[in-house]
Amino acid sequence: MLLPFIPEVGHFALILALMMALIQAGVPLAGAATRRPLWMAYARPMALGQFAFLLVAFASLMASFLLDDFSVAYVANNANSQLPWYYKATAVWGSHEGSMLLWCLMLAGWGCAVAGLSRRLPAALMARVLGVMGLVGSGFLLFVLLTSNPFTRLLPNVPGEGADLNPLLQDVGLIIHPPMLYMGYVGFSVVFAFAIAALLEGRIDAAWTRWARPWTNVAWAFLTVGIALGSWWAYYELGWGGWWFWDPVENASLLPWLAGTALLHSLAVTEKRGSFKSWTVLLAIFTFSLSLLGTFLVRSGVLTSVHAFANDPTRGAFILILLGLTVGGALTLFALRAPRVSQAVTFGWLSRDALLLVNNILLVVMTVTVLLGTLYPLILDALGLGKVSVGPPYFNALFVPLTALLCLFMGLGPVARWKRMPARELWRRLAGAALGAVVLAALAPLVYHGRWNPGVSLGLLLALWLVLSLARDLFDKLRHARSPGAGLRRLAPAYWGMQLGHLGLAVTIVGVTVVSNYNVERNVRMAVGDRVQLAGYTFALRSLDKRRGPNFVADVATLDVSRDGERRFTLHPEKRLYLARRMPMTDVALRPGLLRDLYVAMGEDLGDGAWALRIQYKPFVRWLWLGAALMAAGGVLAVADRRYRRGRAMARCNDEGVTS
Amino acid sequence: MTRRLLLLVPLILFAGLAVFLYRGLNHDPVGRESALIGREFPGFSLATVADPDVRHDASLLAGKVTLVNVWGAWCPTCREEMPQLMALAEQGVRLVGVDYKDTREAATEFLDTLGDPFAVNLFDPDGTLGFDLGVYGAPESFLVDRDGIIRYHHTGAIRPENVEQEILPRVQRWRDD
Repeated sequence: MLLPFIPEVGHFALILALMMALIQAGVPLAGAATRRPLWMAYARPMALGQFAFLLVAFASLMASFLLDDFSVAYVANNANSQLPWYYKATAVWGSHEGSMLLWCLMLAGWGCAVAGLSRRLPAALMARVLGVMGLVGSGFLLFVLLTSNPFTRLLPNVPGEGADLNPLLQDVGLIIHPPMLYMGYVGFSVVFAFAIAALLEGRIDAAWTRWARPWTNVAWAFLTVGIALGSWWAYYELGWGGWWFWDPVENASLLPWLAGTALLHSLAVTEKRGSFKSWTVLLAIFTFSLSLLGTFLVRSGVLTSVHAFANDPTRGAFILILLGLTVGGALTLFALRAPRVSQAVTFGWLSRDALLLVNNILLVVMTVTVLLGTLYPLILDALGLGKVSVGPPYFNALFVPLTALLCLFMGLGPVARWKRMPARELWRRLAGAALGAVVLAALAPLVYHGRWNPGVSLGLLLALWLVLSLARDLFDKLRHARSPGAGLRRLAPAYWGMQLGHLGLAVTIVGVTVVSNYNVERNVRMAVGDRVQLAGYTFALRSLDKRRGPNFVADVATLDVSRDGERRFTLHPEKRLYLARRMPMTDVALRPGLLRDLYVAMGEDLGDGAWALRIQYKPFVRWLWLGAALMAAGGVLAVADRRYRRGRAMARCNDEGVTS
Repeated sequence: MTRRLLLLVPLILFAGLAVFLYRGLNHDPVGRESALIGREFPGFSLATVADPDVRHDASLLAGKVTLVNVWGAWCPTCREEMPQLMALAEQGVRLVGVDYKDTREAATEFLDTLGDPFAVNLFDPDGTLGFDLGVYGAPESFLVDRDGIIRYHHTGAIRPENVEQEILPRVQRWRDD
């Protein structure tokens, strides 16, 4: 009965969600300003309702995909009846309109989570936080409804078949990468809303930071995972074996991550010491602004990139207005109200406060570096100075030394005490770690590769310095306890989160260093029976076949890989031709390992039964993403700390008290 | 007071950034301005894809408004672009292809499968003409007027909307001129 109207149900639910978002934005904020509890009480039910209706809209769009309803323009452009069902379901966020809907759904989801999990929040603060989130949500729902409606019908000329999902996106990495990334982007809206609420109230106390910190950590962890997945996807899907291209879209995700990392640390200082308050608020605004800027850059077509969305200046103008209102409004409020929240706290030049200040400055400099590199072509173009592109050399030349400096201070930070740390004691505690790192880093390339390599030594020096100083800190903490067991029990999850997060960065640095320096790559012409040697492995091409998939045909090569004369395994790289779009795609054959990946991609058919193959040996490449996973785990672990849980546990008691 | 002014700095920086972002919206990010616009089409002497014995030079472009399309069978975007080129040919636009860094076999198979909109297809296996044209990557298209002067340069695939909005009006304009 209802089946033919599913898209209309979704469209209607979307409009209702917008109405609720508007109420969520208007009434509670007015109520908080005029101290009317009834008006403030609107915030929570509206946040729940907005989320529920967006869920309906999202489910409707997914149903349209699963039912092959090609009368819906978005479905016709991004799916095909031969697409496997799981790709139909995930094609919902395969292009601009649907991914914007997902964006809105997640924003409402975060709002809903705040409404559900932070019940102990003072009513006025809750009203303001949810009100600000409602404002942001209204803006984006308007954007979806007015410029990017995914439910637009193609009537009466309904296409018989869809154009298919871009084959690049028909992949498990792409199923989870955008949702994770958006969860991160959008998650920063919570801390942004907290920051605006604090400015409106004109007050930041320790309770405020305790409320804001867990949300920031979780959003940051999502963003970390999202970026890592994007890099992993590019690695195995694009067929070049690269894992980071300094592409504008990648930079767009790195920008809020860097600012968010600074924010995590600044929040720690604000909670522990009551200082850096206006700086924390500014970073919260920056972080979310950079998330919005990323959205703008990706969707407006202002910058060209390998994975930009369909370009449309109208949409770009709309997002720019949204960006202007959100960021401009927030920064104006900041300029007017920041003096009220700031508070002077003194600390010595050598102290954890000072080291975290350096950390913040470095991270902000890194953010600005990436931002300038990304926008430089745009600025030159706007000034009429010609069209240029800024490539990896610029980013590497600035990013590598900045990271090195950051690591230097990262080793000192956890060991140093708040307020003041005597230099002599710092030296006494870390001299061993420094010496150990220098010696091990100098020797490691000799042992691993037989030849000294300054680049590798520098990278390993940073990673070892981080790991050894963390180990030293842990050792000191346990040494002072009665027994190591008792010492371990006394350490809070927040401490373990910090250890894990920093360890993760060290692991990523090892991965970057080794794979950048010891990567071996050969482009070869191979016919059946040919053999190629690479990094101790022998690759023999056994056969070349054809295969038919659900929506593609493929040339498949079978390679036997042996080492020391002993056959180890076979690899099956493919060159696929996706039929609906006549688009060729490389399906890489990978043999992953903790210490090395073997990577074979098919190039082109050279005729006479020979193919161009690209064979690569990529040592330690997995460590890149392993490190990111550790960082994200650290971020989440810190949230489990008792001081954040207490508020929630008490909230539960109170609720039970009311109902019983 | 100075501290107050300091707090305005982020807002001012953002306002500056917003201006550039706004200007960026109205710029075509794809269209790298070709230095060749308004200049004569570079000289060449190339055989055709169909016949190694038939050679053409720049006089091929004289007398009629022509869209020169640089393509290759190895280039997936060129494949996407073919329906639009077919449509242009059907509308009476004269198309000359430059088969760029390609083999005759691959090019012939490509045209057999996807159709052949080109009046003439020049064979440029070493990319010499492509180099003179400053081609970054296929596909790129150059509109050449009756006097052999380059009037318009399109980088990347000609999309369906480009046919109506960009190519056909310009062809008409230079025909009328």
